[in-house]
Amino acid sequence: MNFKRKAIAAAVGIMMAFPSAAALADKFKIGVSIPTATHGWTGGVNFHAKETKARLEKVYPDLEIILVTAADPTAQANDLEDLVSIHAIDALVILPTDGGPLTDPIRRVKESGALVTVVDRALTDNTIHDVYVAGNNPELGAVSAKYIKKALGGKGNIVILRGLPIVIDEERFDAFMDGIKDTDIKVLDHKHANWNRDDGFTVMQDFLARFPKIDAVWAQDDDIALGVIEAVKQAGREDELFIVGGAGMKDIIKRVMDGDRLTPVDVLYPPSMISTAMEVTALKAVTGAPIKGEYIVGSPLITKENAKDYYFPNSPF
Amino acid sequence: MSSVTSQLDQKLGLKLDLKTVGPFLALIALFVLGILVNQAFLSTGNLTNILTRSSFIGIIAVGATFVITAGGIDLSVGSMAAFISGCMIVIMNTLAATMEPGIMIVLAGVLASIILGTAAGFVNGFLTTKGKIEAFIVTLGTMGIYRSLVTYVADGGTLSLNRATRDVYRPVYYDDFLGIPFPVLVFLVVAVLGYIILNRTVFGRHCFAIGSNENVARYSAVHVDRVKTLTYIVQGLCVSIATIIYVPRLGSASAQTGTLWELEAIAAVIIGGTVLKGGYGRIWGTVVGALILTMIGNILNLTDSISNYLNGTVQGVIIVVAVFLQRGSWRLSKKKK
Repeated sequence: MNFKRKAIAAAVGIMMAFPSAAALADKFKIGVSIPTATHGWTGGVNFHAKETKARLEKVYPDLEIILVTAADPTAQANDLEDLVSIHAIDALVILPTDGGPLTDPIRRVKESGALVTVVDRALTDNTIHDVYVAGNNPELGAVSAKYIKKALGGKGNIVILRGLPIVIDEERFDAFMDGIKDTDIKVLDHKHANWNRDDGFTVMQDFLARFPKIDAVWAQDDDIALGVIEAVKQAGREDELFIVGGAGMKDIIKRVMDGDRLTPVDVLYPPSMISTAMEVTALKAVTGAPIKGEYIVGSPLITKENAKDYYFPNSPF
Repeated sequence: MSSVTSQLDQKLGLKLDLKTVGPFLALIALFVLGILVNQAFLSTGNLTNILTRSSFIGIIAVGATFVITAGGIDLSVGSMAAFISGCMIVIMNTLAATMEPGIMIVLAGVLASIILGTAAGFVNGFLTTKGKIEAFIVTLGTMGIYRSLVTYVADGGTLSLNRATRDVYRPVYYDDFLGIPFPVLVFLVVAVLGYIILNRTVFGRHCFAIGSNENVARYSAVHVDRVKTLTYIVQGLCVSIATIIYVPRLGSASAQTGTLWELEAIAAVIIGGTVLKGGYGRIWGTVVGALILTMIGNILNLTDSISNYLNGTVQGVIIVVAVFLQRGSWRLSKKKK
């Protein structure tokens, strides 16, 4: 009798000490919160998140993944509350719409006992996350600079089309400028094209009207690059320059694969980093593997030779 | 005494003229500024770029002039343009899978665009008049609906027109007639038609009447609901025409297409001298307003003396000053009375 009671107490104690183990007997729930697909890159994030959810649930029958999308930080904070209170998630994978305002909501998820994996955009407090998976923005700038420097033989005139005036853009831009300092490469001008095709087109039209000789264009992003390509074709100046984009959009990778002279390379900033984050979190959840820390997804140069490894024709991005 | 009044009349006449030519003066001032900033501004290529670029917003703004003159507002035009572009691309791509690429596919796309534009305009107009919901709310709703529909259709990514069809369609944006690019010609035709309809027809006069005072117009046997619905249909048609020349430019549509076009179109209309609360509208002013907006962006791209971060400030100041110049002269002439 006494022994039996002790055993139950011990069992309860164990269950309280290892809530995740208890949940595992039931189903382990991972909440995945990502931004709404408002542009190409986030569209890619959505695509990879859905694919990964299907794959993981098949591989790990005890795993349930709840995928939610939000258009802005407020909506995403509401989503987090629902994930905790309604779904009682055991782990959270989040690509914040904006790291700053979401820091506290994510802290509350952490306090509920869930494992937290943050993707791409850092929080203002970096003690919250258990796992951090991110792209490397300075590397994207540096790799682009290195290629352009080499392709131009260290001298020439270039123009830069930047993204939106936010931290990601600054990091890429500063690393790029650092990469070409001490060379004879002259940046004729740099303007914001907001990671947008139409803006890429108009800004490039104006650069072409303004500068009679441009040797290379750093478009930083593949959406911008597509607009730039059209503007250059319209002006009939395809033979004068080449364009370096960024991200790894399938249209651009296809061009690189086909050996298009105008877009000889691309620099990766993969939306599939959400898959990496989900895989790592699921692995830790299911096997209890001692996974912790920061995983930085590199920004390798995509060339004609390796382009096929980065080509996903089914992705919307 | 009589000479004094005639002098006053002359002064007033001058003031009225200033009001009408105000937008033109602002345009000329910007033009001079452009030349001072960079010689490249005057190159044929650059001037053609400005005209061609302004044609999207310009054509949409001509439609907006009707809606605003009749006392309405349409916030859905940007999303509508994105949605119609997306549908055109999907329809043309589907057809291209079953038939030879050619002009027929493009015509089918154009037809679809016109049907969709008319229908979308009708929905806005019908809900505003028969549904008795404020235009602001109706079009705010449809704005969200079209934007999310295009995101859904594109699966969050980008819809791209297939290459073969694109090659057939491309000249509509990039080619010209006697040196004038097609989009500019279309813009011109839409503006002339708009001018005639707004200023020389019964429908146009009814727009003015409804915008001035809806009840008085109703008592004067104007079919208020019908005329108001028609203004939204005109707006929808203008959006569809704008997308017909927009799609061949980049051959793609995404959730980002046409963002904030509604505000640019409304700004063009107001810069041009149309009154936001309705009752008075001017097509040529609208055309000039669209040119001014495009030119500001162009000039900012031609100089590196202004920080990129301040682009919005420069745009904002120029818009407010341009409108202030007109309204200021109004206030003066009122004081004189």
